[in-house]
Amino acid sequence: MKIEVRLFATLRENRGKVLTMEFEEGSTAKEVITQLNIPIEEAAILLINGKHEALDYQLIDHDVVSIFPPVGGG
Amino acid sequence: MNKFIRVDMTTKKVEIQEVPEKYVGLGGRGLTSNFVNDEVKPTCHPLGKNNKIIFAPGMLSGTSAPNSGRISVGSKSPLTGTIKESNAGGTFSQKMAKMGIKALVIEGMPAEDEFYILKITMDGVTIEEAPKEILGGCGNYKAIELLNNKYGEKVGIALAGPAGEHRLPTANISFKDPDSNMRSAGRGGLGAVLGSKKVKALVIDDTGAPGVPIAEPEKFREASKVFAKALLDHPVSGQALAAYGTDVLVNILNEAGGLPAINFTKGRIDWNENIAGETLNATIKERGGEGKVSHGCHAGCVIRCSQWYPDKQGKLITSGFEYETIWGLGADAGIKDLDDIAYIDRAMDDIGIDSIETAVAVATAMEGGLLPWGDGKAVLEAVKEVAIPTPLGRLIGSGTTVVGKACGLFRVPVVKDQGIPAYDPRPIKGIGLTYATTTMGADHTAGYCISGNILKVGGNIDPLKKDGQIEYARAMQIGTAAVDSTGMCLFVYFGIADNPAGYQALIDMINAQYGINLTANDVDELGKSVLKVERAFNKAAGFTNAHDRLPEFFEYEPCPPHNEVWDFTPEEIDEVYNF
Ligand code: SF4
Repeated sequence: MKIEVRLFATLRENRGKVLTMEFEEGSTAKEVITQLNIPIEEAAILLINGKHEALDYQLIDHDVVSIFPPVGGG
Repeated sequence: MNKFIRVDMTTKKVEIQEVPEKYVGLGGRGLTSNFVNDEVKPTCHPLGKNNKIIFAPGMLSGTSAPNSGRISVGSKSPLTGTIKESNAGGTFSQKMAKMGIKALVIEGMPAEDEFYILKITMDGVTIEEAPKEILGGCGNYKAIELLNNKYGEKVGIALAGPAGEHRLPTANISFKDPDSNMRSAGRGGLGAVLGSKKVKALVIDDTGAPGVPIAEPEKFREASKVFAKALLDHPVSGQALAAYGTDVLVNILNEAGGLPAINFTKGRIDWNENIAGETLNATIKERGGEGKVSHGCHAGCVIRCSQWYPDKQGKLITSGFEYETIWGLGADAGIKDLDDIAYIDRAMDDIGIDSIETAVAVATAMEGGLLPWGDGKAVLEAVKEVAIPTPLGRLIGSGTTVVGKACGLFRVPVVKDQGIPAYDPRPIKGIGLTYATTTMGADHTAGYCISGNILKVGGNIDPLKKDGQIEYARAMQIGTAAVDSTGMCLFVYFGIADNPAGYQALIDMINAQYGINLTANDVDELGKSVLKVERAFNKAAGFTNAHDRLPEFFEYEPCPPHNEVWDFTPEEIDEVYNF
C-alpha cells in the first residue's frame, strides 16, 4: 500500500519534505519511523491524517503520516 | 526591593513609598493584579482619570536566574474592560529590580494636552516634557534612537507609540531590547492607558543601582544551575525554539487541522510552506547579512526564541518575528508572502500596536470587504494609516470587535472583545476553555493547553475530545498565573513541565533570594489567589459567567478538515474556575 510521509523541522535534513513510501498491509506507524532511520525519541509528535496516533497504529492505504521532532512555541 | 513609586499625573507629584506590607512577597502579575483590584475602581473608564497603570518586575527579575527579565504591566484594559496583565522582555525589568523598585504606578491625568517623559534614576523620578520630535506620528524605531541620543545608549525605555498617543485599543507598550529593537506588552491596549495619562515614555537609568540582594547566594547559585540545565536539556527549550523560533508551529497546527485560516472558516491551508518556521529559518540563513536565526529578548535568556529577519540585501526588516503574527497575517488573512508579513510586522512595532489584535482585525476587515483578501501591500498601507490616523486606521486600530460591528459580521473571533489567537478552539478543545474563561479575554498564553493537546509536552490529551480538558485548562491557568509572577518567560515551561527537579529549582531560587520556604503547593496557591483576585475585579466591573463563552459561530460552523464544532456546555465551561 502507498503511504504519504511528511517530515518537519530537523527531520527534513537528508530526508526531504514529502515522501511516498510502499508498505506491506498491516505495517505500523513505528515501521515508517524506523525505516526512515529516525530515532524513536526524535519522533515526538505523530499525526496520521491530522490526528494524533500511537506508534502501534496500523496503517491503511493512502494514510498521511506526519512526523515532528520535539517542537514548541506560543 | 524596597521602593514603591507613585506618579500622579494630575498634580505632577512623585511619591516614593515603602512597599506596602501586603505586596512585599509579590511580583510581576501577582503584584499588578492585586494592586489593580485594590486601587482601581472596577467600573471606571479605562481611559479616564480613575484608571491606574502599574509596572512591576517579576520576583526573580534582576538576578542571574535564566529567563527572569520579564516586566508585567497591569491596568484596566481599554480593549476588554477587564483587568489586564501584559508582560514583555527587554531591559526595563532588570533595571527596575536592580534599583530596588518593586513597582511604579501612574495615576491621574493632566488637564493640558502635553506629553511627558518619566525619567527614573536612583535619585527619584522626574516628569519632563516630551521632545516634540518623538510625538505626532514619529515611529517607535526613530523615537528610541532619539531617546537613546538624549538619555544615553544604556537606558531602558517603555514607550507608547503613535497608536498609544491616539488612545486606540490595540495600542501596546514597547520595551527597548538589548539591541534597541522592541519587545511589546502587546495585548489589551495598555499603550492607550499610557497615552491617556499623557506619558509618552518611561526612561530608566540604573547607574548606581545596588543590585538585587540574595538572602542565600550559595543556594541560589546551585538552584540557578539546575534550572538552566533543565532548560538547556529539553529539546524544545534547549534547541528547537532557538533554531526555528515560535513559527515552527505553522506546520504542526496546519497538519493537526487547527490553524485558523481565512477568518476562522477552516483549520488548514495549502500555502503553509510559504510562511512556515522551516522557511523562515532557511530564508534567514540564506540571506545572511544582519539576519540572526536566534536571539534573546533580554540578557540572561538561554532559550533565545527570537530572531532577526533580513531583507534580500541582508538588512534587518524585523526582529521577534513570531508565530502569532505570521499566522494572523499569513493564514487568517491569507497573505502568502513572508516578506510582506515581515514589513507589516515592522510597521506594527513602529506604530505600537498589538500584532495579534491587529492581524485578527485585518482578517475580519477582509471578510467585511474593507480590504482585499491576502493583499499584503494593501494591509501595509492600512496599518500605516493607524499612525495618522485616518478613519480606516482608527477602525483597524480599534480591534476585531469594532471592525466586526462596523462590517455587520457575525463571524467575529473574540472573547471579551479580545481577538482569538492562533489555535482553533473547535479541533483543539482545551485551548477553547482557556479563551473562554481566562480573566484576560481570549489569550492563549493564559493557559497554554496547546502544550498537552498538540505538542505533547507536560500532558497527552486528545485535542478532538473533551476528556480531561477542564482539569487541564484549570491547572494550566493556575500554573501560568504563578509563573507570570516570577518574571520568568513562559517558555521555561517546556523545560520544567516534565522535569520535577527543574520545577523545584525554580522554587528554590525564589526561596534562596528571599530567604523563605515556599513549597510547590504554596506556588499553586499563589496562582489560584492571583486568578481569584482578577476574577473579583472582573465581577465588580460587570462580568459574569455569561461572558465566559466563545462566539456562537463556533457552535454551528464546523471547522474543516476535522469538521468539529465547539461543544462544551455552559455548565462544563464554568467548571474551569471551580477551585
Ligand atoms: S525565550 Fe523568547 S520570549 Fe522568552 S525570554 Fe527568550 S527571547 Fe524572550
